[in-house]
Amino acid sequence: MAQMTMIQAITDAMRLELERDPNVLVFGEDVGKNGGVFRATEGLQQQFGEERVFDTPLAESGIGGLAIGLGLQGYRSVAEIQFFGFVFEMFDSVAAQAARMRYRSGGRYNSPITFRAPFGGGIKGPELHADSLEGLVAQTPGLKVVIPSNPYDAKGLLISAIRDNDPVVFLEHMKLYRSFRGEVPEGEYTIPLGKANVVREGTDVTIITYGAMVHTSLTAAEEIEKEQGVKVEVIDLRTISPIDIETILASVEKTNRAIVVQEAQKSAGIAAEVVAQINEKAILHLEAPVLRVTAPDTVYPFALVEDDWLPDPKRVKAAIQEVLEF
Amino acid sequence: MSNYVSEIQAEQVSTLSILAADGTVVNEAAMPKLTDEQLRELMSRMVFTRVWDQRAISLSRQGRLGFYAPVAGQEASMIGSQFALDKEDFILPSYRDIPQIVWHGLPLYQAFLYSRGHQQGGIIPEDVNVLMPQIIIGAQIIQTAGVAMGFKLRNKNNVAITYIGDGGTSQGDFYEGINYAGAFNSPAIFVIQNNRYAISVPIEKQTAAETLAQKAVAAGIPGIQVDGMDVLAVYKAVADAAERGRSGGGPTLIEALTYRFGPHTMSGDDPTRYRTNEEESKWETKDPLIRFRKFLENKGIWTAEDEDRVVEEAKEAVSEAIKQADAVEKMTVPGLIDTMFEIAPPHLEEQKKAYLAKEGE
Ligand SMILES: Cc1ncc(C[n+]2csc(CCOP(=O)(O)OP(=O)(O)O)c2C)c(N)n1
Repeated sequence: MAQMTMIQAITDAMRLELERDPNVLVFGEDVGKNGGVFRATEGLQQQFGEERVFDTPLAESGIGGLAIGLGLQGYRSVAEIQFFGFVFEMFDSVAAQAARMRYRSGGRYNSPITFRAPFGGGIKGPELHADSLEGLVAQTPGLKVVIPSNPYDAKGLLISAIRDNDPVVFLEHMKLYRSFRGEVPEGEYTIPLGKANVVREGTDVTIITYGAMVHTSLTAAEEIEKEQGVKVEVIDLRTISPIDIETILASVEKTNRAIVVQEAQKSAGIAAEVVAQINEKAILHLEAPVLRVTAPDTVYPFALVEDDWLPDPKRVKAAIQEVLEF
Repeated sequence: MSNYVSEIQAEQVSTLSILAADGTVVNEAAMPKLTDEQLRELMSRMVFTRVWDQRAISLSRQGRLGFYAPVAGQEASMIGSQFALDKEDFILPSYRDIPQIVWHGLPLYQAFLYSRGHQQGGIIPEDVNVLMPQIIIGAQIIQTAGVAMGFKLRNKNNVAITYIGDGGTSQGDFYEGINYAGAFNSPAIFVIQNNRYAISVPIEKQTAAETLAQKAVAAGIPGIQVDGMDVLAVYKAVADAAERGRSGGGPTLIEALTYRFGPHTMSGDDPTRYRTNEEESKWETKDPLIRFRKFLENKGIWTAEDEDRVVEEAKEAVSEAIKQADAVEKMTVPGLIDTMFEIAPPHLEEQKKAYLAKEGE
């Protein structure tokens, strides 16, 4: 098995799918010769030519419409939004068009599109580059939303996303792109969309999280076990829409306590949705209210307070403490 | 001669027309090569569409139709443009462009189902290359850039055609779409049906551009203005654009100067609030049906009996289609849930079960 960073795993997934299926196309701003601003598409144009991997004019709405039109001709677009903060320019295509194509046509047409985009904080980027906008797309019926937390998952999930016949928003946390390597099998493999992963077993508290916060939560879990012997179970959602409630319930029924950790702002987000579902389906198993650890409800701040603004292991540990002592 | 680009470009745009308002030919050189049978077919379709439109308006007033946007006045631009296409060419319509997709093969009763908001209105038959009408103004333009690019990548000899109103050309997506098609040299045809009003806002308040055809200049693609009340001129412009697209010449922007005789839609619009009687009467004298009828009569290939026959056929067909639409099973929430994804995730299965139980009661 190879050791890869998350970005290498993502490139690898696109390469394999481009090889496997002539209908797969990769495009976006600067993805061709330049290989993408993060080099996610590095070498792909060289290998597959300008018809399959190409630069678009600088217009996000155009990228979205192109992907939808190509989908009507049987192409599977992997369309890159250079930074997810630019999704507003394309939002009609993502949320109002691609997500509704199957419904509007009663199943006659679909939108087999993967909208890939970097996002996520902690990298001190300019405005509207890091914002966690996954809640906006997760609330849109007809879209799947995937956020991998490691290289192995990124590859398997991206292959599944590309093969999916419905539109998938695939969000890549920038901080995870190159921060560590992991074992990634050479060939193709898939991880089903909509299935969460128990990344750490425990008996006392469940943390439900995704993306970069998986790592923050794991750090907190390890520290608190060392300090107090508390055994924390950590669930990586991997797909935030739809949410794998089965895995969450099985864990909560075992630990009877849960917290949800998300990097996004607090209100009306994924964490709120997870709390609501636990409330609907497992309230009698709970020994304490389910708490959220999130960013505050402000716009994403300038770089100087970013580290303070983002949830960290300390805040996660405080929440664990709180549900234990309730 | 001015150095300002805008002044140079406005001068460059002239309007293609073939028939005068009295049906005489003013531009023999541009006359498309159509057989008498094809010319009669064009007329039949326009008459049929006018009758269907009148019936749709009255059905709408009776509450027997859903959303409806009248088309009278625009028949030449709608029917002339579709007539220039091959069956395999793809149409991406806007909300008013129902005639084009019906003449391209969508069964009439499905158009009525679409109007009522029934899902089956959008289940396009396999061999019909159209999309259901677009509501979001501009979205169809960028999607057309994609379909056209798909044809090019697949080495198909087809074009993708789409329609937008004068107001729609102010949308960012309009520019993105024509620019994309130009940059990728894709076989797309963008038809602006300039009927002078975006609901109530006149073209003079929409843009400072003297013509909408000149917007092609910025995208580096050919643009042409045609008399949109002249079915032969529209046919000619689209046929030429299709020819260009098929032979690798890329996209074309066509501005058809037209007018809608009725309200914007049947959902409460009152054109007397923003248009004068004089203006409406002036445009009525340019009626595409009158003009083409005179042309055909002069040629001796259209009679009052022909017209009566088509009117009767149209009335019959509309009644039949409404009956067919009425007979279609009701749309259900479980059916709706089934079309959210190829395979419904567990939470939707659960929600579907709840509705099935409710409907079973
Ligand atoms: C994005 C968007 N904005 C606004 C509307 C509401 N709306 C529907 S039709 C219309 C006017 C369109 O005028 P025009 O483009 O000239 O087309 P016409 O109806 O005259 O053919 C407006 C404002 C819409 N459907 N979509």
